[in-house]
Order: sequence, then C-alpha cells, then structure tokens
Amino acid sequence: MSLLKIKFSFQRRVRLAQGLWLLSWAAVFSGATTFGLGVFLKTELHRRAEVMHTMDIHMVPNLLMAVGLASVGINICAGRICQDSMDATRFARWKSYMIPFFCLALFFTTLMLVAMILSYALQPSLEESLKVGLKNGIRFYKDTDTPGRCFQKETIDRLQIEFKCCGNTNFKDWFEVQWINNRYLDFTSQEVKDRVRSNVDGRYLVDGVPFSCCNPSSPRPCIQYHLLDNAAHHNYEYQTEELNLYNRGCREALVTYYMGIMNTIGPGVMSVFLLQMTVLASLRYLQTSMEAVEGQENVEVDTEGYILEKGVKETVKELKEKLLKLVQFGQVDAAAEGQGAEDGASAEKAATPESK
Amino acid sequence: MALMKVKFNLAKRVKLAQGLWLLYWLSVMAGILIFSMGLFFKIELRKRSEMMDNNESHFVPNLLILVGLAACGINAFGGKVCHDSLDPIKFAKWKPMVKNYLAGCFAFSIILFLTALLCFTMQISLHFALAEGLKNGMKYYRDTDTPGRCFMKRTLDMTQIEFRCCGNNNYKDWFEIQWISNRYLDFNNAEVKDRVMSNVEGKYLMDSVPFSCCNPASPRPCIQHHLTNNTAHYDYDHHTEDLNIWTRGCREALVSYYGGMMNSIGAFVLLDVLMQAGVMVGLKYLTTALETSDPENPECESEGWLLEKTVKETVDDMMAKIKKLGKGNQVEGEGEEAQAVATVS
Repeated sequence: MSLLKIKFSFQRRVRLAQGLWLLSWAAVFSGATTFGLGVFLKTELHRRAEVMHTMDIHMVPNLLMAVGLASVGINICAGRICQDSMDATRFARWKSYMIPFFCLALFFTTLMLVAMILSYALQPSLEESLKVGLKNGIRFYKDTDTPGRCFQKETIDRLQIEFKCCGNTNFKDWFEVQWINNRYLDFTSQEVKDRVRSNVDGRYLVDGVPFSCCNPSSPRPCIQYHLLDNAAHHNYEYQTEELNLYNRGCREALVTYYMGIMNTIGPGVMSVFLLQMTVLASLRYLQTSMEAVEGQENVEVDTEGYILEKGVKETVKELKEKLLKLVQFGQVDAAAEGQGAEDGASAEKAATPESK
Repeated sequence: MALMKVKFNLAKRVKLAQGLWLLYWLSVMAGILIFSMGLFFKIELRKRSEMMDNNESHFVPNLLILVGLAACGINAFGGKVCHDSLDPIKFAKWKPMVKNYLAGCFAFSIILFLTALLCFTMQISLHFALAEGLKNGMKYYRDTDTPGRCFMKRTLDMTQIEFRCCGNNNYKDWFEIQWISNRYLDFNNAEVKDRVMSNVEGKYLMDSVPFSCCNPASPRPCIQHHLTNNTAHYDYDHHTEDLNIWTRGCREALVSYYGGMMNSIGAFVLLDVLMQAGVMVGLKYLTTALETSDPENPECESEGWLLEKTVKETVDDMMAKIKKLGKGNQVEGEGEEAQAVATVS
C-alpha cells in the first residue's frame, strides 16, 4: 500500500516538471533570503557583543546561514533534475543519487524548524547573557584608563542613548557601583572622604547617573545627581518624576529588540520551510512517476507517483532490516574470515604430512 | 554637408537599436533613482524643518521629483520607439513624432543641467535658513509649556545627540540665552536672584550647556555646569579640555550633512545629463539611418547623421523659420484689418 499514490498522465508529468522548475527557482531565492536574514541577525548580535557574556544565541543565525546555503544548493539540484526529467536517458543518471539527496534535503529542512524553535528556546539564555554582560559593563564604566576596558564607557553611553534605557534592570543599578574614576575625585575634599569611608569597599557611591540616562523628552533640564534628594532641586519629587530619566532597563530593551527581530524572521523562515517541503514532495512524485516510465517504449504512458513505495510502518521495518543486515554482514564477514584462516591452517597441516 | 555622417549596414543598425533600447531602460532606472533621491531629500528637509524655522524652500526636491518622473516617461517612450524601429510598419507610426521628440529631449537635457546647478547652489540658502532656525530653536528651548514650541527642547536635544554638535556656532551660544524654564528656578534662592538681577533683561544665564552636548567618548563623566570655572571641578582646565562636550556647532554639522547629500545628488544628475545626451545622439543616428534605408531592400547600406546640414546652416534655417512665423502673424493681422476696412467702407 503506497503512501499518497497519485496517477500521472504524460501531460500532468510535464506540467509537474515545469511547475517544479519554477518552484525550485523561487526556493533558491528564498534560500538566499534565509541566508541574508541569518547574516543580518548575526551582525546585529555582533554589534552588541560587548554587553553579552556568552555567545549561545549565535547558534540561531549560524543555523540560518547554513540552512540558507544548503537550501540554495538543494534547489539548484532540484531544478537540474527537473530539466533532465523530460529526457529519459538524462534522467537515468540521477537515479542512484536520488535517495541520498532526499535524505540530505530532509535533514536540512528540519534544521530550519530547529532554528526557529531555538530562537524561542534560547531567549532565557540571551537574557542571562545580557544580565551578566551589562553588569560587567556598568562595573567597568569608570575604567577609561585600563587597557581592554577603556571603551566600556563609550559603549554603555551609546547603548543607553540608542535604546533609550538606563542601567541593567533600572537606573538604580548605577547607585550601587562607583562609575566615576578616582582620577577625577578630589580626595582632599571632605565630602569625597566621607562618601568613600561610608561604605565597606571604599567606593565613591552617589545617587547619580551618567548623562546618557537623560530623557530628551523631559520638559525640564536633566537632573542627574542627587536623584533621591527632593530638597536638592526646586519643584522636584523623585517618587512621581518619570520623564527625567529613561525608566526602562537596558536588559529589557535589548531582549525586546532581539526578540522583535527573531519574531519577524520566524514567519519568513516558516514559509521558506513550507516552500522547501513542497519542492521536495513534488520532486519525489516526479521521480517515482518517471521511474515507472523507464524501460517502456511508449514514453507517454500513464504512471503512478507516490511518496513511499510501501506504507510508513513497512518502510521503517525494511530500513531496520537493512541496517541489521549491514551490522550482521560485518560480523559474519569477520566470523567467515576467522573460519577461513582456520581452514587454511588445517589444510596446510594436512598437506605437509602428505608431502612427507 | 551633413554633420558627422556614419555608414550603417543592417547588422550595425540592428546592434544600434538593441544597444539603444538597453540604454533607454537604464535611463528609465536613472530617472526612477532621481525621483527617489528627490523624495528622500524632501523627507530629510521635512524632518528638520523645525531647525530651519519652517522656512526652507522645497523647490529643489520638488523639481527633482518632477524631473525624475519626466525622465522616466521620456525614456520609456524612447525605448518603445527603439523597440519598434526595426519593424518598418510599426516604425511608420512613430516617424512623424521623432523630430518633435528629439527637440523635447534636448530641452529636457537643459532642464536637467539647470537642476544639477540648482542642487549645488541651494546650499547657500540652506546655510542661512539653518542659522536663523537654530538661533530661534535655542531661544525656545525652555518653552516646553508653550503650545507650538513644547517639542523644541526634544528636537534640539535629539539633533545635538545625532549630529554630535552643540549650539549654533559652538557651545558658547548656550551661555547667552536662558535655557532653563522659570518654572524650575527657585526665586527665593539668593543665587538665582543674583544671577537674574545681574543682567539687563532679567534672564537666568549660566556658563552651562544641556546634557545633549555631552560627548560619550570623554574619559570622565560629563561636566555640564560651570564650564568656564576651573576650580569648580577637580583636575579640570577648560582651555585644554576638548573631549568633554561636542566642539562643533550644529549649523556647521547640518550644513555639511545636507551639503554632502546635495553634492552627490547634483553629481548624479550631471551623469544623467550625459546619458540623456548619449541616447539622443543614438536615436538621431538610428532614425536617420532608417529614413535613408530602402524599404524594399532592408539589407542595404544607409547613412546616419546628427544634423542634415552643418551647424551654421541649421541655425540659419531655424532663425529664418522663427522670422517667418513672426512675419506670418503680422501679414495676417494686416490682411484682417484690410478686410475690416473694406467691409466697413
């Protein structure tokens, strides 16, 4: 009982081949698009690599790029097979490659689905990576004189300005680190000495934030320092003030941004996946219907096409038997060799006493 | 004596027609590009129209849009003529229009050239519009409670951040205006009262700049206030400090941004003028070669030229035609008068 059998007249075969040829070229383009999307996502992730701790999330764009390239190759092959299918002699040379080709194509197409699933599954990993990366970024903000970290300040400032965010979770993260370098602190001043001595680690902590946290939409000039002191500024109450600084944390802002990109890419990849599956199914039908024509004198005869020659269960059983045979064949071979060596030895032994 | 005569056999004619058809389609794409560049320029001007005091002239981008569309149309028509040129039946219906079409093309090329010139010269007017607009922008920076001006602060902050600039000519422009709204000044405070009374107009002036002037590349946290007072900050010398805030003025930044854009658009339009001239020449050769070819014997050799007579003779011919047109009107006028006189008498 073949799986999904369909009758194909000669006309239908020709139409199938033509339609498949067009479809395979469309699939080439969508494969190239998938590759492009993968490259775009990778560059965007790379741009903010300084505030990410691990590179786990890069698996998604890498998969997309690999799948895109493979898809282009597979579909070009499918197009060639299609072109050759009209000529029985040329089509015959593809015969032995068809099954491995289908297996490979199916493998890469499922990888597409895997990439989509990963893009959602890796979100917690992305968030964790950003959490650690931003924490370090804020900690090293002041180290503009330490080689390897001297651009941390500029990176964090530009990030906060561009994504309209402040701090890791919110602006209060800046209160817990010293973000002003000791070079710019006057240690002879009483105020500085008090602050430094008031905490265990000897850090100069202020209830202030860098200028990049300032929100340009605020109606009043930005208040950066003495944020928790209502008396320090005229007509200011920090509990109700919400336009002065950016309220969002940078981790949330970046996660939203990247998930937005991946949610946009998702449906695109899904449609490419469906297109690819259609191409493969049509190719399978074309192949099986053309195989039935083989060896016949009248090329225009009606034939049947199917997905699997026997039912799913039977095909799986056959595959298992084949695999077992291969394994057994290996064992039998080794046993036979061992047996043959013994026989040879005993034959020699028998021969030598005779010759004596 | 024709100008620049060239012999054409059938193969050459066919090649000329094919090459010309391709060039016409390239010109159509160039026309589309000019249209989109005009659109882009218009949008960019609109985006910063508040910086230009809503006073900027949209003449050049509008002209670019029109010219781009016209180029598309003209070149598409030329391509169609080219396509039909090798089939004598189809070409016969286009033949009478070719002369006027070429004259139109010539006029269009002149318009294109003038557009390119305008692109280059408009920068001057933009310079003045920006100077005026930025001055007013800074004046209204604090009016976040005045309807119609409440977004000036945000616009100016975003501009300074995006273009990495501060003030009109430089950051000192902020010292001359009051950029903090009175709502946020405590008039009971002695310091505030001193400052306000210290100048004639009662403005609260400081040697400070808004946060958007801060340079993120500075190694130290941004110093916004008391900029000219070295003792107010530890290890600070305002004469040598150049990384703290942006040193460039916004007028210069915006002018160079728009200037770059307009220079590239102008250069591209000039290239398009050359392309238009090229296709005009090609079409003239093609049509004259087809005219002189024998319809019964398509494979004969024919000649193509740019002008039927020499330049001098062609110009004389044109002047004579124009004079005749002028005289023709006069004679007609006299004739009518004579008739009127005759009927009256």
